[in-house]
Amino acid sequence: MAGPTNVLVCVKRVPDVSGEVMLTEDGQQVDARHVGFTLSDHESCAVELAVQVAQAGGGEVTVVSVGAAESVEQIRSALGVGCSAAVLVEADPACLGPADVALEIAEVVRDHEGRGTSYDLVLLGNDAADSGDFQVPVRLAHELGRPVVTGIKTATVTDGLARLRADGPDGTETYEVPLPAVVSVMEGGVEPRYPTISGRMTAKKVEVETRAPSREPVGSGRLKLTLPPPTRSTAQVLGEGPGAAPAVVDLLEQLGVAR
Amino acid sequence: MILVYVETTADGADEVSLETITFARSLSAAGGGVPVDAMVVGPAPDSVADQLAAHGVRTVYRADGADFERFSGAATARAVLAAREAAGAVVVTAGGTNRGNEVLARVASQVEVPMAANVVAFEGLSPFVVVRQVVGGAALEHLRLGHRPAIFTVAGHAVEPAAAETPGQGSVAPLEVALDPADLAVRVVSVEKQDDSGADSLKSARVVVGAGRGAGGPDGFDGVTELAKLLGGSLGVSRVVTSLGWRPHHEQVGQTGSRISPEVYIPCGISGAIQHWAGCSSSKVILAINTDPEAPMMTKATYAVVGDMHEVVPAINEEIHRRRAGG
Ligand SMILES: Cc1cc2nc3c(=O)[nH]c(=O)nc-3n(C[C@H](O)[C@H](O)[C@H](O)COP(=O)(O)OP(=O)(O)OC[C@H]3O[C@@H](n4cnc5c(N)ncnc54)[C@H](O)[C@@H]3O)c2cc1C
Ligand SMILES: Nc1ncnc2c1ncn2[C@@H]1O[C@H](COP(=O)(O)O)[C@@H](O)[C@H]1O
Repeated sequence: MAGPTNVLVCVKRVPDVSGEVMLTEDGQQVDARHVGFTLSDHESCAVELAVQVAQAGGGEVTVVSVGAAESVEQIRSALGVGCSAAVLVEADPACLGPADVALEIAEVVRDHEGRGTSYDLVLLGNDAADSGDFQVPVRLAHELGRPVVTGIKTATVTDGLARLRADGPDGTETYEVPLPAVVSVMEGGVEPRYPTISGRMTAKKVEVETRAPSREPVGSGRLKLTLPPPTRSTAQVLGEGPGAAPAVVDLLEQLGVAR
Repeated sequence: MILVYVETTADGADEVSLETITFARSLSAAGGGVPVDAMVVGPAPDSVADQLAAHGVRTVYRADGADFERFSGAATARAVLAAREAAGAVVVTAGGTNRGNEVLARVASQVEVPMAANVVAFEGLSPFVVVRQVVGGAALEHLRLGHRPAIFTVAGHAVEPAAAETPGQGSVAPLEVALDPADLAVRVVSVEKQDDSGADSLKSARVVVGAGRGAGGPDGFDGVTELAKLLGGSLGVSRVVTSLGWRPHHEQVGQTGSRISPEVYIPCGISGAIQHWAGCSSSKVILAINTDPEAPMMTKATYAVVGDMHEVVPAINEEIHRRRAGG
């Protein structure tokens, strides 16, 4: 397949939590009022790979998100680092399950194809930082009838063939996939770039194609969220800083592991 | 009938698969003792049947041969689907590994039912409600899995693998799996094998010195490596460290790495996320070193030292040298 490589990259607006989280009163969602929202690490790497692949292949990157109107914030951040078009399928995220999301993204791919823009590569994160469903990429590929590889760290495309590398159980695995294909990305293989000033300016100007969902969502089956029981500290503090070293070595000797 | 997709190494079923079988047995017990069957795809030692029998497995379905030599997610899913038909399974489960999640997501999309990833418990059978890790383990989702088959993966190291009180038959049933050429279009073309002999010594080490993001970079491991050496132990790291390529994956401790159970674990600059804890919670003594006294690892540990690992660890090393020199 000659010609430019066009890429679609899928990003999700997720609460920016690291460590402890709070839940909304009805126990249905993570309460993000005090933490804000972000784009997860896997997806930042997917965006970076998308931009690299498209630049090398003379193509363009479109970013898509399914969710609340505010997802435009995450879409703009992807636009700021090299994506050039954007789609928002606006829907109440609380009503969406992974199968719904996959169907909506597939609908965008088909619709754009009908209008002359085809995506050789669809990139997603390996798993969403909030719902951790580990399945939208596979369901999307199934829906589109395209091959899928999950959890890859780097990708290059030559002559319509993607070479992908992933950490497998026995070492680094290489896959070769004819395009078009769906690929999910694990963080760590590439370093996401920072937006440049001109990138931010362009990002503001791009018009986001906003669509309504193509069907009623089936949902995720969530009954509620709960928090794991808090742990009370039981640790005995041996000291602070390097001064604690003698106490540490005393302990290691006492445990019989210091020699 | 419960079907478990079992992943194997040269030694047989891997640890997370045995954990998943243990989970499946508890589900079976709650459901009146429905049989647990297993699906083994690709090369595996013959002894795997006896091993799985000891874990209570009735039938070991096998799909082997040239088509399954190198991993293909599509072909593996096809094999699991064939086993599901043969077993009449109403539950299909696997370990929450990269492979397990991918293969079951494929099965679920083909059968058009939901899949729940990283389940840690179940709450009821009718309706079937599972509890799973979300938000990086910081919250739990109670999810209704109403469709049959119910498809889910079990979070790594969330349960202890245990042999069954009553062994299963472990009878081997080879399956002819009808593959489509498309199923083999995408598979692993090559593997750069890593020397993972380190993983075995990590799992059996009496002392493990751990290092996380606090190491600061690929050059930040000298102190911890020396400490591990002084104590005749191994180095273990967090996922952040392996993701960033600072250290190889076989050194990773946690849900998607090794489960360790040393006499002493010394995590330095590791926050103690639930997925890391899953791999180190059976350590007898934990001595945490961290700048943040509120980090979960510091509060869950047996002993804690508040401080910069780049100052504390060298001081410990020096103290050991000093005492050994008779000083
Ligand atoms: C599905 C899934 C599977 C996962 N599997 C695993 C797994 O198998 N293993 C695993 O480890 N993680 C796993 N994780 C990731 C896990 O959630 C955490 O992100 C990870 O464990 C955090 O690594 P860390 O503690 O090194 O980094 P951080 O959470 O960033 O913590 C760094 C710690 O270092 C301390 N620190 C910083 N500087 C210093 C210093 N100079 N001296 C001392 N302390 C310092 C900080 O106070 C902090 O507590 C998984 C996540 C998911 C979603
Ligand atoms: N609502 C969404 N909008 C766009 N992309 C999504 C959405 N949900 C999931 N994805 C993509 O699918 C990946 C895997 O998500 P999941 O299967 O839900 O764990 C994520 O990393 C995203 O790239």
